[in-house]
Amino acid sequence: MSIGSIPIKFKVRIDPSRCMLCERCIENCPYGTYRREGETIFVDSRNCVACHRCVAMCPRDAITIEEKPVDYRSHPVWTRGAREAIYNQARTGRIVLAGMGNATDLPSIFDRLLLDACQVTNPSIDPLREPMELRTYLGKKPRKLEIKREKDGDIELNTTLSPNLKLNIPIMIGHMSYGAISLNAQLSMARAVSNLGTYMGTGEGGLHPSLRQYQDNMIVQVASGRFGVDIDYLERGAAIEIKIGQGAKPGIGGHLPGEKVGPEVSQTRMIPERSDAISPAPHHDIYSIEDLKQLVHSLKEATEWRKPVFVKIAAVHNVAAIASGIARSSADAVVIDGFRGGTGAAPRVFRDHVGIPIEAAIAAVDQKLRAQGIRNEISIIASGGMRDSADVTKAIALGADAIYIGTAALIAMGCRVCGTCYRGLCPWGIATQDAKLTQRLDPDIEWQHVANLIHGWTLEISELMGAAGINSIESLRGNRDRLRGYMLDEEMMNVLDVKPVGA
Amino acid sequence: MDKELVINANGIHYTPLNTMIRSAVASGVERIRIDNVLGQRFIADGLKGTVRIKVCGTPGGDLGMFMRGPVIEVFGNCDHAPGNTMDAGEIIIHGSSGDATAHSMRGGIVMVEGDIGYRGGIHMKEYGDHLPVLIVGGNACSFLGEYMAGGIILVLGSGKEHILPDRGIGTGIHGGEIFIRGTVPERALGVGARKAEATEEDRARIEPLIRRFAEVFSVDVEPLISVEYTRITPASGRPFANKYTWE
Repeated sequence: MSIGSIPIKFKVRIDPSRCMLCERCIENCPYGTYRREGETIFVDSRNCVACHRCVAMCPRDAITIEEKPVDYRSHPVWTRGAREAIYNQARTGRIVLAGMGNATDLPSIFDRLLLDACQVTNPSIDPLREPMELRTYLGKKPRKLEIKREKDGDIELNTTLSPNLKLNIPIMIGHMSYGAISLNAQLSMARAVSNLGTYMGTGEGGLHPSLRQYQDNMIVQVASGRFGVDIDYLERGAAIEIKIGQGAKPGIGGHLPGEKVGPEVSQTRMIPERSDAISPAPHHDIYSIEDLKQLVHSLKEATEWRKPVFVKIAAVHNVAAIASGIARSSADAVVIDGFRGGTGAAPRVFRDHVGIPIEAAIAAVDQKLRAQGIRNEISIIASGGMRDSADVTKAIALGADAIYIGTAALIAMGCRVCGTCYRGLCPWGIATQDAKLTQRLDPDIEWQHVANLIHGWTLEISELMGAAGINSIESLRGNRDRLRGYMLDEEMMNVLDVKPVGA
Repeated sequence: MDKELVINANGIHYTPLNTMIRSAVASGVERIRIDNVLGQRFIADGLKGTVRIKVCGTPGGDLGMFMRGPVIEVFGNCDHAPGNTMDAGEIIIHGSSGDATAHSMRGGIVMVEGDIGYRGGIHMKEYGDHLPVLIVGGNACSFLGEYMAGGIILVLGSGKEHILPDRGIGTGIHGGEIFIRGTVPERALGVGARKAEATEEDRARIEPLIRRFAEVFSVDVEPLISVEYTRITPASGRPFANKYTWE
């Protein structure tokens, strides 16, 4: 017996009383949902992915998209997702791939942490009239400073300082490679971070020549495929990041399918056109923590110890012990990517089931490093599903030095989180290499949207800090006393080292 | 300025050693000899230019990593991953080398007179006029050429009756080619690799490499040319294509 077709995911309707047959929906939909016949726009709802490009471009608000219009018989165990994955695998016998981050409705820990504010006994600070210090330095801090006073009264610093990255704000944009996203998307974000005085990652896709103007604000990535990595690339980056793992798919590698490797992507990745770019699961020169140290040292040696080297791992069960090993590898920052981290494509079973929440990982790593007296040796960068300034503030209060955003920056450029990145047809010009689609994303406009978003969050963080009577990000970092757990169990609060509300 | 600069590496850490090499190259030195090398890692790491470096002793891991252009000749054995992510240039080893030799190498040539360890040439890749070549005079251990995406690996097994990387040759190979002197049983191949007897055309292609090897290491070239070779290539350019379905 045939499995038959599964119910459509979306139902698209055009209100004929509002439609003026301008055909913008037809022009804008790369999935072939619309066609015109005579004086009518016909809809094939099965093609719709709910990217909302048509909705956004319709001048008459004539389009309605309804999600899951055909219900299965409801069942709490055999959800729609469970059933449809079975139909898919019964047909194909393959691993199911999915886009974006974790799609399960597990509770967010951030949403169950509440921030503090001053009332009466200590005054809050108004960021309008008081300076708020958000400047953040990423990298090793000396255990102590040796200072020598010269005869003429000058002070000489005798301690050799490690290179640090100077961030005006503790928000950076994480690694999304050229190939996974378009050059216009990268250019927009690069211009934004450059204007804001912060940084973004290249991902494992090399550094396109047109991004070199922003290279002082770019962190170059070295991942297991070593795509685009040569000595020039390493020298161009403000810092170098070794990618060990990713929150959306801990423990596995990545494949950029050959059809996304056009002439330009081929040039920056340094691989032949149309060839698959396969990043193995491990780095095959790193099979141990000692090997990791070797790679960190090799990158520092190649760049004459002038650049900070970061190591990115997925947040997994033993994240604290792993981070402690990384701190001893002479790396300058550990990037922890939580299980809500985004991706263009990951096996669904990994995306939804492997890894741990970033909130618990930050707290566990910060505590472990402090307990071992090596917190100064390494900065903590947290990422994976940071949705707003509250998440950022809470992450810092749990112990992070800075955070990476990813999906939020894409949403600022139009992304509707439809999770269809893997099709390579992103109608917003983000997750595509099709010139007709990428030209929809104008870096001269979109950089401002990304910058606006981060600026808005920065204002909010300043207000939150001021309300809590804190005027320096240094005083917020690891300050769990300014967090309270709400509806969290005692064990969870022990891990986070926070008290419950009312305590 | 064709005078050879001699550096005594006895007791010198790799960072000052590399600093000496870099400043010599910057000042126009074209030939360097480093004596008493004993375990210093990262020699010539990220080095650019055309300098020729003789390394006398036993260098540590990642010799010539990220290197672009220089020629390194090692009189001794190498630790793991000489030629790691190397871009261009040559590494000639009068001895054997450890695991992950020529790991992720994108261009240039690595020639090893003796044997290499596990995972040799893993994830080697080519691009444009960058065609990496790894020639092994002796034998290679298991997992040779895994995930290989381009370039040529040539295992000569000179002086040996029967040569063979034990197992897992070319697992996940999706570009490039591996040549092994003699026959290779099916069981030694990894997933995604296939083998065939090298054709006349293939052999004509590797002959200059064999001659180069024989010349560098002063070995008799004829026995290496007049024998059969097995050529191992990807069974498909997309070894993972049939593994996934979309949500």
